[in-house]
Amino acid sequence: MKIAIASGKGGTGKTTVATNLAHVASQAGATVAYLDCDVEEPNGHIFLQPEIEVERPIEKLVPEVDPARCTHCGRCAEVCRYGAIASLPNQTMVFAELCHSCGGCMLACPADAIRERPRPIGQLRIGRSGAIRFLDGTLNVGEAMSPPAIRAVKSAAQPADLTILDAPPGTSCPVIETIRGCDRVVLVTEPTPFGLYDLTLAVEMVRAMKVSFAVVINRADAGDGRVREYCTRNRIPVLAEIPDDRAVAEAYSRGQIICQAVPAFRSRIAALLEQLKCEGRP
Amino acid sequence: MKELVVISGKGGTGKTSLVASFAALAKPLVLVDCDVDAADLHLLLEPRVVSREDFLGGSKARIKPGHCTACGKCEELCRFDAIYFDGPGNGRIGKTFRVDRLACEGCGVCVDYCAEEAIEFAPAVAGQWFISSTRCGPMVHAKLGVAAENSGKLVTQIRRAAQQVAEKHRLDLILCDGSPGIGCPVIASLTGASFALFVVEPTFSGLHDFLRIAQLTQRLGVPGGIVVNKADLNPDVAEKIEQAARPHGVGLLGRVPYDPEVTRAQIAGRSVVETSQGAAARAIRQIWLDVHDRLRASQPPAVGGLVQLSTP
Repeated sequence: MKIAIASGKGGTGKTTVATNLAHVASQAGATVAYLDCDVEEPNGHIFLQPEIEVERPIEKLVPEVDPARCTHCGRCAEVCRYGAIASLPNQTMVFAELCHSCGGCMLACPADAIRERPRPIGQLRIGRSGAIRFLDGTLNVGEAMSPPAIRAVKSAAQPADLTILDAPPGTSCPVIETIRGCDRVVLVTEPTPFGLYDLTLAVEMVRAMKVSFAVVINRADAGDGRVREYCTRNRIPVLAEIPDDRAVAEAYSRGQIICQAVPAFRSRIAALLEQLKCEGRP
Repeated sequence: MKELVVISGKGGTGKTSLVASFAALAKPLVLVDCDVDAADLHLLLEPRVVSREDFLGGSKARIKPGHCTACGKCEELCRFDAIYFDGPGNGRIGKTFRVDRLACEGCGVCVDYCAEEAIEFAPAVAGQWFISSTRCGPMVHAKLGVAAENSGKLVTQIRRAAQQVAEKHRLDLILCDGSPGIGCPVIASLTGASFALFVVEPTFSGLHDFLRIAQLTQRLGVPGGIVVNKADLNPDVAEKIEQAARPHGVGLLGRVPYDPEVTRAQIAGRSVVETSQGAAARAIRQIWLDVHDRLRASQPPAVGGLVQLSTP
């Protein structure tokens, strides 16, 4: 089963839920893979402290123009929908950050002057944290597009009993890329106006993607009851309500696996895992 | 005209709460919510929409089932796994190809190489943006459609609109609420800004994420300062963050203590400086005085140089 842990709003506890779920599930004997798909700001490694076995660059293909063959006809620039290639009277320039690697310019070039070359955009790491298989991607600072890096993390993962994908915040392309192909999405939110509004956006997104989903309310007693009411009204299952606890916040601040530092938290995560297993059955 | 961008790297550190407080202290000013993906500033500022415009994102492909001969060329050429052989039949063939619009990145390759010219490629309305009035001044904000792309382009567009609004109303400060991460909307929010204010929480995650956004900001040539939010949660890590900021030329603007009044204000739809005289509100008032001075000393923005980076 592949479960994405997502949220509209940032800082609601995605990584806390994801790393602790991975921890509890692997201790129960399942093969578990944890994939950190928040490649702009990956934090899972801080908590899981993996031993890294493989590290390799994440690359995307970008065009390279052979000046000896280029006739400066401008066809490549015409077909590129991203403005990633500019044809000047005696030079063709590629803006690699803007390129989506669609291959359109190469197909269009009548002089066969364009080849693709890999360009590093980030780093992929594969390792282990105890029995958990760990993968994360880190986008290079200055790179604008994270979806290719997220694809690289996902495609490097081996099948497991439980694969947990820690998603970036928001509702746009990086989140869509993470959730694509998942069996289920857990939306982590908090009971505040920001938490509620961003949850409604996230719910619209997962509904558009037709993926089954449920909600976890974190710091459940720190706000008001409107998130709970919204979920009841819209028949959205709330799988867990995790109370606000300074001990949890402090363990988080030190980069600890919360289950190890706060025993009460462990039983909540174990219950959440059971819920997910039941809900996952047809 | 000065443009102050509040940014964080990590999400949920308190950007929007701080922006709303600054807005109340600095009014009148122009506000921009650059977090077009999950915009929340309107929840504290009750904007009354004055004008709205459609945001045209990139085009997306759509196969006209009546014209498709199921040759499969589109599927062969698509690099985004966006084409599926499960479209409706059309009398000649039982099944046609179909584009998954959530996966389509709008490259147009399938459109260009379809022998039957069976693929439409019209620009889609990817969202809306608004100019509104609030109790603190005009506000430019947006709502990106569900699962839409091009958030960087939309951010660039609303920042430009905010500059025009500021000129029209003769306001000399634009305050931007940024989005988490370091990708396209963040690059689009920071490029050419006068000053970046980093809101960081005192956790190892906060430190890790701050270092990445600080690198990006430095590369874009934007000066910055740091505010440690909920600083008392872990004073040791707060200290580490302040030390780590210095080599990036980023000074400490202040610490805000954890204060439940901030959440209470949010529930009341207000900023904490409007509802409370408590510890967080006092700290934010003091920080604003310092930010105000630094802004006056900073160079005016030079939007334009790197804006191309922002379009995905």
